[in-house]
Amino acid sequence: MSAPLLEVSEVVRTYAGGGAFSRRRTTAVAGVSLRLDAGRAEIFTIVGESGSGKTTLARMILGMVAPSAGTIRFQGIDLATIRGKRARLAFMKQVQPIFQNPFEAFNPMKRVDRYLFVTARRMAGLLGDTEIAQATDRALKSVGLSLAEIRGRFPHELSGGQLQRVAIARALISKPALLVADEPVSMIDASLRASIVNLLRDLRDRLNVSIIYITHDLATAYYISDRILIMRQGSAVESGDARSVLDNPQHPYSQLLKRSVLSPDVPADAGARLRPEPETSQGVIPHA
Amino acid sequence: MTEPVLTVSGLRAHYRTSAFGVEREVRAVDDISLRIAANEIYGLAGESSSGKTTLIKTIANAIQPPLEVLAGSVVFNFRDRSVDIHDVTPRELSAIRWKHLSYIMQGSMNVLNPVRRVRHSFVDFAFRHIGQPMPAFLEVVRGHLQRLHLAPDVLDAFPHQLSGGMRQRVTIALATVCRPEFIIADEPTTALDVVVQKGVLAMIHEIQRELGSSILFVTHDMSVHANLADRLGIMYAGRLVEEGRTADVFRSPRHPYTAHLIASLPRLGDSAPKKGLEGAPPSLASPPPGCRFHPRCPRATEVCRRETPPMAWLAEGHRAACFHPASEAAT
Repeated sequence: MSAPLLEVSEVVRTYAGGGAFSRRRTTAVAGVSLRLDAGRAEIFTIVGESGSGKTTLARMILGMVAPSAGTIRFQGIDLATIRGKRARLAFMKQVQPIFQNPFEAFNPMKRVDRYLFVTARRMAGLLGDTEIAQATDRALKSVGLSLAEIRGRFPHELSGGQLQRVAIARALISKPALLVADEPVSMIDASLRASIVNLLRDLRDRLNVSIIYITHDLATAYYISDRILIMRQGSAVESGDARSVLDNPQHPYSQLLKRSVLSPDVPADAGARLRPEPETSQGVIPHA
Repeated sequence: MTEPVLTVSGLRAHYRTSAFGVEREVRAVDDISLRIAANEIYGLAGESSSGKTTLIKTIANAIQPPLEVLAGSVVFNFRDRSVDIHDVTPRELSAIRWKHLSYIMQGSMNVLNPVRRVRHSFVDFAFRHIGQPMPAFLEVVRGHLQRLHLAPDVLDAFPHQLSGGMRQRVTIALATVCRPEFIIADEPTTALDVVVQKGVLAMIHEIQRELGSSILFVTHDMSVHANLADRLGIMYAGRLVEEGRTADVFRSPRHPYTAHLIASLPRLGDSAPKKGLEGAPPSLASPPPGCRFHPRCPRATEVCRRETPPMAWLAEGHRAACFHPASEAAT
């Protein structure tokens, strides 16, 4: 059997807190394991509230942050052993990020097509102008745009949905095996959100790309994921097949999370639906 | 019917800029009329750049150039008087603000002064409206916090010592301490986690029922509206396109934009394919002629490209601006 696409085993990440001489450490991720198989593309969702460590986990998978303990293997290679420009580039070709806010991901003073061309040159190693344009156009077509629409445009001339599509196209140019999408739809307008989520699903089926989808929105997670991992305060509390976990959560925190999702169906009695959970009604009382 | 607390009629507010000889006019609020009754939560939905925030600014008379009000009026009927908010002196306005008309804002960090204790924010905002000496005033504030299930010692905390949800609760307490008749809530729960969000919404609901205030609740999150609003208005590209009782709008949306918005909502336990809407929201500087939704509308015909559909009553308390509205859904 070949090596799995991604194998994260017992990773821990701590950050030093307080002043320069403080010994206080904050644990962002406290021993999380997950595994994506090669050969079968899937959407793996990581769900959690803010501060649950889901973004830190994503940054470790992208190789942007080194784990404090534990290992991450991508296609059998330990990320900690990647040294040098060439090895690093080969890894980045295979694992590409999609960020939350497309308006921040692009420099407002530069034309968006530049990013695509630079990525084609650096990541995909293409040289000729026509070759680059073709690769860019192909990537844009796979997200429902085309180079003719994008050429020469600045970020402010595109809507959030279009810009996020360009960001996804940029990630696809180097033909990666894994996309890490950190809250890719939370900044997108409601009327465009469904099409981005559909696009991710379509990429999995058509291009055979595995996607790690990070979100706090259980409804879209249910809609597109194959497997799910629910995180709380750095630890995985529950994981498994997305439908069965969300239909029938076992851990008390997953159950609380599911109960807290507001349904878009109008309830008979608003007061009854909005009754707060006992854990949240007290909040934090500060040290006065 | 009793007098509505807020009557907005034919309101138009544009941003006018002129840079290097290029005149630019952004029609952010274009001919909006609506009424909000006493003791009612009116939900206002719409995507970004649909003019929601500009509408709030004009209603609250927080108008700064380049924003200009070109036509229409905003009339409040408060307990003791009725005022046209664009026709008051600055002194009268500051007497009205917070006592009769208050806000709950999105970024609670921006409302509470980060370098002073929470108590000072209460003094800054509410002391002069309550008109009692300091010890009695603080007693009123403590009583109010207790009513909202907040420990009175939050008054001695700095904002950074409180969690996000707690801070948002404090701003709600701050906005309601003078028992205003009208509260504007601008995306108060958007930055919060789902578990905390539910608690904060419950708190808004509870305090609203207790004070009998009216709330204009602005958010793009349709699930929040479904659970909180009594009536719902949908904005698209600077115009109000549909309005009705929340249950009616969700059950039987008449405008194609609303219908799409509701149909595309992801639900837990539902993985049937959803269709995204083609195209992008129009630029408010150069909106398409006729109905502003027509380039994306599946039902658009010749007349939609030419004329602006007026807001028309389709059922009791339910109106929409569309030439081809959907018929009422069977219930």
